[in-house]
Parts: sequence; C-alpha cells; structure tokens
Amino acid sequence: MRPNALRVVVVDDNALRAAILVDGLREAGIDGVEVIETSTQLVRRLAAIDPDVIIIDLENPSRDMLEQMFQVSRVVSRPVAMFVDQSDQSMIRAAVDAGVSAYIVDGLKKERVKAIVDMAISRFEAFDRLQRELVEARSELADRKVIDRAKGILMRSRNLSEEEAYALLRQAAMNEKRRIADIAQSLVTAAGLLGK
Amino acid sequence: MLTSRKGGNDAMTASSMTPKPEDQRIASAATIRPDRSRVVRVGFIPLLDIAVLVAAEEQGFAAREGLSLQLIKDVSWANIRDRLAFHQFDVAHMLAPMTVASCLGLGSNPSPTFAPFVLGRGGNAITLSVALYRDMQALAGLIGNEDALTNARALAQVVAARRKAGQRPLVFAMTYPFSSHNYEFRYFMAAAGIDPDRDVTMTVVPPPLTADAMAAGAIDGFCVNAPWNMIAVERGVGRVVAVKADIWPAAPEKVLGVRPDWAESQPETLSRLIVTLDAAAKWCDVPENRPTLAAMLAEPAYVGGSSALIGWLLTDRFLVDPDGTLRDIPNYLTFHREAANFPWVSEALWLYSQMARWGQAPLTPQGIEHAASAYRPDLYRHALAGSSTPLPLVDRKVEGSATPIGIETTAGPMRLPAAPFLDGRTFEPDRIADYVSGFPVANPSAASGGHDPV
Repeated sequence: MRPNALRVVVVDDNALRAAILVDGLREAGIDGVEVIETSTQLVRRLAAIDPDVIIIDLENPSRDMLEQMFQVSRVVSRPVAMFVDQSDQSMIRAAVDAGVSAYIVDGLKKERVKAIVDMAISRFEAFDRLQRELVEARSELADRKVIDRAKGILMRSRNLSEEEAYALLRQAAMNEKRRIADIAQSLVTAAGLLGK
Repeated sequence: MLTSRKGGNDAMTASSMTPKPEDQRIASAATIRPDRSRVVRVGFIPLLDIAVLVAAEEQGFAAREGLSLQLIKDVSWANIRDRLAFHQFDVAHMLAPMTVASCLGLGSNPSPTFAPFVLGRGGNAITLSVALYRDMQALAGLIGNEDALTNARALAQVVAARRKAGQRPLVFAMTYPFSSHNYEFRYFMAAAGIDPDRDVTMTVVPPPLTADAMAAGAIDGFCVNAPWNMIAVERGVGRVVAVKADIWPAAPEKVLGVRPDWAESQPETLSRLIVTLDAAAKWCDVPENRPTLAAMLAEPAYVGGSSALIGWLLTDRFLVDPDGTLRDIPNYLTFHREAANFPWVSEALWLYSQMARWGQAPLTPQGIEHAASAYRPDLYRHALAGSSTPLPLVDRKVEGSATPIGIETTAGPMRLPAAPFLDGRTFEPDRIADYVSGFPVANPSAASGGHDPV
C-alpha cells in the first residue's frame, strides 16, 4: 500500500448506495475502501480496520455508537475523529442536507477530506435522484394503466373509439383542471361502485 | 386520528392560564386564529418522553398559541444534534447532558444549544439479561424484591466472581456518551464499587436495538428510557434491577434543545412555545388523560408499538421480571408537577460533575460557567410570567436531599419531595470539586481536577 493511501470505511445497509459510493471512491483513486454493515460488532470492526475516514448514512442509528467510540478514543489518546473539518460549516451543512455524515481522523489533509466528502455528497444526491426517478417511472406506468382502463370503460359503455374515449377524458380533465390520470382514476372507481 | 380533542379542551379550560399583561396581544392573536400559524420544526427520537411535544400539537395547545409543531422523527442523537446545528430543525427533543456537552464544546461537531424547558422527569431503567440476574440471585441470594443498591452489590459480586474465573468482562450498553443513561448506569455500578471503565465494557446501542442485542447475547445489560426496558422484559430476555427513581428521583431526562440564533431571531415564538409546552405538560400529568396520551404515543408517526404497554408505563406499573413480578413506581413519568419543567441550573452543574467524574471533561471554573449556561431558567420564567404555574424564584438548589425541601415560587412556598441519590451523597452546586473528588470510584483524571471558585 502506498504510504499516503487512505483507508475509507462506508457504513451503509443499503447495498446499492454503498456500491455507488465505492465506485466513486475507486474512480477518485482511493482503493482502500471497505463496506461494513451495521451490527453490534461495528465498533470492533472499525477498531480493527482503523480507518482515516468513515462515511455513514444519516439514517443509520449506529451513528451514536461512533460518537461513543470517539469519546473513548479521546480518553485513550488515539486520534480524535470529527465531523469533517469543523471550520468548514458549509460543507457540513451540505453533507447533512444530503443525508451523509463523514467522520475524519484529525490531522488528515484538508484537500483530501474535501474531495472525499464532496464525492460522498454528490453520490448520495445521485442515489436520491435515482430513487425519485424510479418512483416517478412507477407512477407514470400506473397512470398509463389507469387511463387505459378508463378508456376501456368509456369505449364499452358509450360505444366510443379509443381516440374518442381519450379525447373525452382529456376534455374532462381540462374542464375540471385536473390531471387526466386523476379523472381516469375517478372514472374507474365510479365504474367499480356502479358495478360496471 | 384515534384521539379525542375533547380531553384537551377540558384540560385547557380547567388550567385556564391567565396571560400576563404583555402577553395579551399574543393570546388574542391566537383566539382569532391567524391565517398562517408559525411552523416550528421539532426533531425527536421515538421515546415516551416526547409526550409533552406530541400532546402540544395533537391536543391543540400549539394552535392556541398560533403555532404549528412539525414533529420530525430521527434515529440518532448525533443526528438530532447536527440537524439542529444546521437548521433542519428549529428546536429538538434532547438528552439533558447534550446541551451541557454542547456548551462545553464536547463531542463531534459541538454547536451551542441551551435548554429553557425540561420535558419531564423519570422514565429510565437499568435492565440486565435474565441469565446475569439469575447469576446474581444464585451468588447473593436475591429473592426478587430487593432495592437497587442491593442489586448493584449483587452485580459487584458477579463481576468479581467472573474476573476470578477468568471470564470476559460484562458488556453494558447505554444510548449516548452524553446521556442520563450513561451517568445513571455508572452511578448505579459505582455505588457498589464497580468501576465502569475498568471492570466492565461500556458501549452504545440505539434504543430500538437493545432488546435484540440482549437476546443475541451481544450485551449483558443496558440503561435506556421507556418503553424499551419493558419490551425486553416482555420478550423474556431482560430483568429490571433499578429505575431512575432509585438512582436519583429528581433527575432531569429530556429537555427542549434550542439553538441560540433561532431563539434570538424568534423570541416571541420561543415564548409561545414554552407557554404551549407548559399547558401540554399539565395536560399530560392528568391521570384521566393518560389513556388518550398512550393512544397518541402508540401512533407509528410517534413512538409506535402497543398502546396497552405504553398505557401501563403511563400508569406507573412496571413489569420487572419475565416471571411476572410487577413493581409500582409512583410518578414513573412526571411531566409537570413539582416544577418538573424548570431548568434548575444546579442540575446542569450536576451533569457537569459526572462528566468530570468520568473523565469526559476537565473540571475548571470556566467549565462551570459554560455548563451553567446550558440551562436557561430566565427564559422559562419570562415566558410563563403571570401564568398559574408556580415559577421557582431561585435557579439552584441542593440536589439529592434526603428530606423534602421548600422553595419559594411565584405562587408561594412549594414543597419538593425528598430526592436522595442512590449512595446518599448530596450535591451542593457551589462545591463541585469537593463533590467530584469525594467519589470513591471515578476516572483517575477526575482526582486531579480543578478547584471550586471561592
């Protein structure tokens, strides 16, 4: 291992996000990355690895375990770990907003810390975006399905063509200033109630 | 919503807080229902002592003051601290020692936070694994109704026997390094001569994981707030050996943590918030309201879990052993009476004394000043001036008195019940150094500590 090689630990129970983060760190030339899962063995594992940087998801309750570990480390005069560099408030704020916390061993070069934390923030945000897009894609699919069902109901009950059924839905949506999918949903629900 | 609004309204009429003259404007503003209520973002950890915050919002006390509390659940105390520091929360449900630690600059990323309101007293308990308790019974002949000190001494016997037999040290968990749980568990052990830093291993386990960790054999005991002790007992893995009342009945538990810059920019909102919480705390103390309170707390958005179990805890009944042994603990959770919400500066200083005792902070005159600044009785008094709640006229008292003490309040003399410490010592806030150096069991660094200012 190169003398200045950093050891980074990622504590994340979300394997997908951890993988995104590890990829980013490797691309940035940091090879000493280890992913560990939350468990009561967490503190022991961390002590064994003795990392320079720990990146942990804010939603992980094990953060309080880390706080204890650093409290104890201070007493036995091992390196003090901090939430990034305390002088850089904007960086910490950005990290908290993104849902990431990073513990850095005191004395680590500031430039290296900044690069790692910035990377973690952007990866966490990218993951978040990914999740959101997934949810949106799912709801889009659901919209399309319900519109198809509403069209089917209109075509059957009013003897319309598919285009006419869709035009009717669109007109209703415009009149009521609602989304077509919402109109379609109301129609499907009403049809269900009326037993059609 | 499961809850009825009726109880809250009745309680409000009954308590009928007379507004002080300068509050008249505030009161009328609330009665005419402002179009937009002021939103206060409140971070919390799901524990029963969020009761006052939940009641404040759900029972309409906040709306009455023109406030809307947005209660945001979080998973760790470190998050609560950081999200408060970085403006994601305006105020937070916090461990009392967190505010003291923040004013002393302890821990990662400390940011000044103060407490103008104590959210309640009581709640904590120490639970040991059933296996460990059975060892204590075998070795010390416990039958199950012993007091906390006897239990602690039995634990000391097991610790000594294990050391002699070359067995691994016991592993005990608490929830955060700067927590009442940490200091209470240590106080309990040290009262029986156990050195928590040398004789056992202290670790942190988040409250919801405590019962699992104990079942898995990863920890032999823990000190945590309700309802997690009773959950471990119900699951047949834990045995309660002491509750907060055994260690120090008057101990503060959670406080309202406030960021100084928010308080400065929103003084009126803070005042209204204190008025809101005072009314809600009063409501929480009424026995008839406890079933409603239990149902609210059992909502998944708050603590979650069984409202029956929460109801039990709120009526002071405590299952201490999986064999069915029950213990009645009067005032297991106190939300308002006996000046429960008053931030006694002497309590902040007691917390500092324990930080010094266990080597978390050096004892210095400056430290005393900083620790004292974590509690703001002045803001409490200012907000509640003229209300029917008796407001203590002094900021400090002798802590741990074995006999009831009388204090002067705005409503005349008030008698506070005896609240002795487990080891019978008393804490005089102006003699901290003597107090810290007088403990037979302490971190070696505490002995070399500072001197009390004369």
